[in-house]
Amino acid sequence: MLNLTRSDREMLDGAHGEASRFAMSVIVRMAEAVGAEELISVEQAHIDACALMSPSSLDLVSHLAANGGRVSIPTTLSMVSLDLEHWETLGVPAEFAEISLQIAEAYLSLGCIPAWTCAPYQGYLTPRYGQQIAWGESNAVAYANSVLGARTNRYADYLDICAALTGRVPFTGLHRYENRRAALHIHLEKTSAADWATPAAWAAFGSLVGSLVGEHVPVIDGLPPLRPSNDMLKAFGAAAASAGSVGLFHIVGITPEAHDLQSACHGRDPIESCGIQRGQLRDSWNELSSCVAGNSLDAVILGCPHFSYAEFEELARAVRNIDTRSLHGNVQFLVFSSATSIELARRGDLLEPLRQFGVTLVQDTCPFHSPVVASDAQAIMTNSGKCAYYAPGELDVGVHFGSLRSCVESAVTGKACGRRNPW
Amino acid sequence: MVTLAVGSPIVSGEVRGSVLLSEKSLSLWGGIDPKTGQIIDNRHDRYGEFLVGRVFAFPAEKGSSTGSAVLLELIRIGKAPAAIITRHLAPILALGSIVARELYDVGLPILLLSEGEFGALSDGETVQIDYDGTVSLPEK
Repeated sequence: MLNLTRSDREMLDGAHGEASRFAMSVIVRMAEAVGAEELISVEQAHIDACALMSPSSLDLVSHLAANGGRVSIPTTLSMVSLDLEHWETLGVPAEFAEISLQIAEAYLSLGCIPAWTCAPYQGYLTPRYGQQIAWGESNAVAYANSVLGARTNRYADYLDICAALTGRVPFTGLHRYENRRAALHIHLEKTSAADWATPAAWAAFGSLVGSLVGEHVPVIDGLPPLRPSNDMLKAFGAAAASAGSVGLFHIVGITPEAHDLQSACHGRDPIESCGIQRGQLRDSWNELSSCVAGNSLDAVILGCPHFSYAEFEELARAVRNIDTRSLHGNVQFLVFSSATSIELARRGDLLEPLRQFGVTLVQDTCPFHSPVVASDAQAIMTNSGKCAYYAPGELDVGVHFGSLRSCVESAVTGKACGRRNPW
Repeated sequence: MVTLAVGSPIVSGEVRGSVLLSEKSLSLWGGIDPKTGQIIDNRHDRYGEFLVGRVFAFPAEKGSSTGSAVLLELIRIGKAPAAIITRHLAPILALGSIVARELYDVGLPILLLSEGEFGALSDGETVQIDYDGTVSLPEK
């Protein structure tokens, strides 16, 4: 039985207008569907519902906007289905752009912040430890819960905007402390710090963990002493969330709810345990490549999730070190990021070497929601576990998986270079 | 009327349709073509089938939380299944159905069955689903 406060009921009865009524009605019916007993307040939201270009997506946000909808908490926007400034030069068809632009405009009119990024944790409005939030976009959810210690469920499209309008969500799942307890203990066997030097290694690890977890929250120990960068944790979480619906992970000594194994398990024994051997990591890395034969290459895709300033720095270093300073004529080199990070990179003088090398920067969007990758591309290369997971189905291409440096070297020769597996 | 099962409605509704039975979980985003309602995930056991008008019975939703948006679009263009039956709580699908009711005033019942009850379903058989979650074989 769902208990509602007086203000919840007022919203549900339409006292605050149709947009709030609509949103509260969806929240309440979802709470009933999943058996929640009460709603709680959230302090910020991140909206993924703007990413999909579809007429019903436009219908929904137009209905909210036309009826005076306004977000009640600080709300950032995830990707939209095109680069809002350069879609014409990127070759996005006008009829596709028309609906996408209308969707973008309608979300802005609701008072959302135009971050247009799948990596909202990279700067603006970063959530705090223990803060209750409502985030969409699976990689962002995994990062917010696991790395930052904020509390959110995996908000599906449209529940996110309803949460932003009402500021209320069903009190279930990872919003509840007791459900954040690690139930699966994963012990990592014998690796050295040198094995963990690239985000690609973390992506292969995340992909493996995602395939192991089932419905349990995992806790990992056994890593050598090291301090992974934010980009490494981003790569790990994005891969884990793609391969296995992981909304929260703990890594002992690294993530904030896992000072030690005991605290991650809330002082109880884990329900299941398993080990990860070096060979499994090697296999996971190899399985992220789906090009069974040949090394032909049509496009490199970096920035899934969105490229950070630190990654721009690394890419600028990598292309400066290449003797032949430009990429092969047949290869598209696409880097996806937010306008914010791109502007920071510009001011840090990191974009000029990329321009000389032949990089195409794409902002606000993602390779799977926007038609940017050449439609006749047959093979792509990426350092992202998430991109490697979705590209075969979404883009109908084969995938070469490798580190950022391997991606750069391959783009110069036009052939995917030997998959250098760190394990 | 022969009662096959009594499930828990995740989203209530009354509908009749022929069962499209699957033993594999599915992500709607990437797994279904939102323009046609055809199953396009070639790893799925009902690859190539169309959902429209069927009672789609499968073990569990999985994957992308954009699945709710795909279901809403299928409902908008009239290519959605008549009902969905799962063995696990399916919040992403439930959301798509709930939003469709608010936005288009179209219902799509979603029913939760236990493993044993799920086993009573046969592919291609026409079943009646009632508001209380009863699944039965209608009289001819």
